[in-house]
Amino acid sequence: MEKDLVAWEGFKGGHWEKFVNVRDFIQKNYVPYDGDSSFLEEPTKATNILWVELQKLQKAEREKGGVLDMDTSIISTVTSHKPGYISEEYKDLEAIVGLQTDKPLKRAFMPWGGFKMAKQALTTHGYTLDASVDKFFSENVITHNDAVFQAYTPEMMKCRHNKILTGLPDTYGRGRIVGDYRRVALYGIDNLIAEKMEDLSNCGNGTMTDDIIQKRQEISLQINALKDIKTMALSYGFDISKPAKTAKEATQWLYFGYLAAIKSQNGAAMSVGRISTFLDIYIERDLKKGILTEKEAQELIDHLVMKFRMVKFARIPSYQQLFSGDPVWATLEVAGMGQDGRSMVTKNDFRFLHTLENMGPAPEPNLTVLWSDRLPKNFKDYAAHISITTSSIQYENDDVMRPIWTDDYSICCCVSATQTGKEMQFFGARANLAKALLYAINGGVDEKSLQQVGPAYAPITDEVLDYDKVMVAYDRMLDWLAGIYVNVLNLIQYMHDRYFYEAAEMALIDTDVRRTFATGIAGFSHVVDSLSAIKYAKVTVIRDENGISKDFKVEGDFPRYGNDDDRADDIAVSLLHTFLNKIKKNHTYRNSEPTTSILTITSNVVYGKATGALPDGRPAGAPLSPGANPSYGAENNGLLASLNSVAKLPYEDALDGISNTQTMNPDALGHTPEERVSNLVQVLDGYFDQGAHHLNVNVFGKEMLLDAMDHPEKPEYANFTIRVSGYAVKFINLTREQQLDVISRTFHDHM
Amino acid sequence: MTKGYYQSIESFALVDGPGVRSVLFLTGCPFRCLFCHNPDTWEFDPKNVITPEEALKKLIRYKTYWKDNGGITISGGEPLMQMDFLIEFCRLAKAENINITIDTSGAPFNTNPEYLKKFDELLTLTDLFMVDIKCIDDEVHKKLTGKSNKNVLEMIMYLNAKRYPIWIRHVLVPTITDDDELLSRMDGFIKTLDNVQRVEVLPYHTLGIHKYEILGIKYPLEGVPAPSQERVDNANKLLHTDSYTGYLKK
Repeated sequence: MEKDLVAWEGFKGGHWEKFVNVRDFIQKNYVPYDGDSSFLEEPTKATNILWVELQKLQKAEREKGGVLDMDTSIISTVTSHKPGYISEEYKDLEAIVGLQTDKPLKRAFMPWGGFKMAKQALTTHGYTLDASVDKFFSENVITHNDAVFQAYTPEMMKCRHNKILTGLPDTYGRGRIVGDYRRVALYGIDNLIAEKMEDLSNCGNGTMTDDIIQKRQEISLQINALKDIKTMALSYGFDISKPAKTAKEATQWLYFGYLAAIKSQNGAAMSVGRISTFLDIYIERDLKKGILTEKEAQELIDHLVMKFRMVKFARIPSYQQLFSGDPVWATLEVAGMGQDGRSMVTKNDFRFLHTLENMGPAPEPNLTVLWSDRLPKNFKDYAAHISITTSSIQYENDDVMRPIWTDDYSICCCVSATQTGKEMQFFGARANLAKALLYAINGGVDEKSLQQVGPAYAPITDEVLDYDKVMVAYDRMLDWLAGIYVNVLNLIQYMHDRYFYEAAEMALIDTDVRRTFATGIAGFSHVVDSLSAIKYAKVTVIRDENGISKDFKVEGDFPRYGNDDDRADDIAVSLLHTFLNKIKKNHTYRNSEPTTSILTITSNVVYGKATGALPDGRPAGAPLSPGANPSYGAENNGLLASLNSVAKLPYEDALDGISNTQTMNPDALGHTPEERVSNLVQVLDGYFDQGAHHLNVNVFGKEMLLDAMDHPEKPEYANFTIRVSGYAVKFINLTREQQLDVISRTFHDHM
Repeated sequence: MTKGYYQSIESFALVDGPGVRSVLFLTGCPFRCLFCHNPDTWEFDPKNVITPEEALKKLIRYKTYWKDNGGITISGGEPLMQMDFLIEFCRLAKAENINITIDTSGAPFNTNPEYLKKFDELLTLTDLFMVDIKCIDDEVHKKLTGKSNKNVLEMIMYLNAKRYPIWIRHVLVPTITDDDELLSRMDGFIKTLDNVQRVEVLPYHTLGIHKYEILGIKYPLEGVPAPSQERVDNANKLLHTDSYTGYLKK
């Protein structure tokens, strides 16, 4: 590593000067801030002008049915496009530059995940792919999607078709890889290339085993990607070969790293990572030197955030149904505690949250507060205030994540943690455990298609379901499901590495990378309540002429998950533990470490549609409850009882995340603004102190949603943002079905 | 063992006293307020009983959220209807160092020495009374609740004499209690007290109407709307709610 005396002037030295080690740089140089928000500045004139321009573009995009413009001929790469700006007229006002394509909100053509889908995304929106590109791809190119389907077994196809496995990343990029974009700023591209060259020369001893061949090729791809990033930055007039010298450069260099990722990959989640405290170090240095004012510092962050608000991908309708509202999960974290016990809150954490005031609420970037009850009170109060006024932020428990992922992790999707620059994740969507329960009852026959999808184990033929018998059958069915699920994912991840490798992101991650294998659960609360109903009430199966369950008659009361009742909650804890153990029994690709999650995004609606009636009383086709949320109408003892139930799920069994979304009526949160803030802080402290993982906080009443659904054209709803399972969306961008689903959920409004 | 008639436990109650609170709703109430949004708590329901131990066991699960200012609120119905249960419950809760607020209309209060003995004991076990003054005018009060307000005001003055902290709450009902003259008279009464930490105007709302439908009771305030913000502001002004800031001190 070449020491840069100019760029690093004034920084406290350490390991980071000799080896790539951003965490060491941060820990040695950041200064915790425990003051209040009074230092924050209003938006500059430039910010206001650009934000108005961007809002005009967003309005035009909405009016055109959700897509403003699409590229029909250029295959997107890091260097494929000429520079683009929010507005040609005002481009000099952009403190941070760089767009995915040559025009704002114009969606790039990204065929590598699946050519057919990329083409369909164009035609759906009335665009036609350039004929020569079409011909070349159709005749010559194998994309990730082609490759996966070439290798699928008939059984895998059936699981996919019947949606017991759903949302699989076999038609789109798997995403969830967070490059350590800070490295570009701290070290410059040349140093990073030199490091990777050294890694390549040390890779293997000449014996060409599969893994060494693969690794050597990947390092070479990473080196090429680094060179491309440099070229791309140069097209905007910046030479990023050397470390950034100022806060403005650091922010810009870092953004170029991220921009390379979103130009070359259309992953389901393209997260930004933990950049706030890092950038604060540069800002503080410039403030001290007197070469930056607070107003300019806020402008840098505002403009960076504006860019994150512009990230777009071309998607097909079936994808939109799964992940509604055009999300990209440009997730970005603030706060958290350091391993040494110091808070990692800096002024910059305030600045990032303040963007929601300067430019109004927005779903992206997916702002995430890493919570600990030891965070400075001023910061907690400010975050709670921003939640109450914008409903745009989510909270994750730093105290449960830090012991596992250190104090330099990023959130790589909606809620999943990954150690920054040291790990990657194989994203694996979800298995529908509610459907699996029906398979157990129906002997592997799908209740919708009547196909034999699972193994033809003996069905349960009792009129009234017996808990012990059902558990035996369910356990066996889950063994099968975990097995086929892991194998489907192994195949997908193998092909993704081969045909859609994330070179630009992996170039900013250590060569010796740790890999996690992220499975997921859908239908969680319904399985818990169904098993509880079978155990504590009388559940009679109503079967059709084929002997397949079509409905269930439930007599008597039974405890439901979401009421802090151990009888139901113990079933929940055990279900999670059992499923993870079954996943772990299987070999996972590249010896990745298996994890699981209870988060469904908005896909709970689609999954629900494909799932028959359940023993908990949920009718066929009704939406599943999202993430780890209790079922609709199950919560009878108020919010804290519901939170306590979710808090019982051990994070260690679901390291990929346990997503919980709750909505509170502002009038129920306290009489005065100050009381609302302090009450919300206490609710968060109380929930996370119990070891809970995640909470989406919405603060509004049902009336507002109903009005927004009926009058989406009202200006006050243009940026009305709500938190749904694991991310935020503009409410008016949801499908009507999903809007109704959100409205039907529990509002905590005890007044 | 003493048992209490109760309706439910609400874990999340942030407008029922200081801080984050959880509420035990007891049943039974001598009043029949026209605007009542909990008609399902009027009568004792022998099927829904709980021991003090059971109630505390359920509620203490939320202690982690209460921190240093929140706690348990006992509401109803009218909690003072079940003195023995109340005292036993509060004694158990006090042993766990839990802050307790009693949400009461004062309806059962009387100066019978037997009663006062229990009442005094209750005061040693609790931290705050939130007292509803339904209306300062006895005639209107009778129309509104079916009973006189004489003993309600007596209770307030008794608490004042003991320097026991109270919050006063008043439900603003258009056409009935939203009257400048009545509000000013109430303001005059409150001014004579030294123990009032907070005065709250609660705008009448219609969220409880569906309960009447379920219970098959005719809703007495059919067609009466929630008060406008302007009238709420007016009531706050006449009652000088801003000047009662004792609740802000921890």
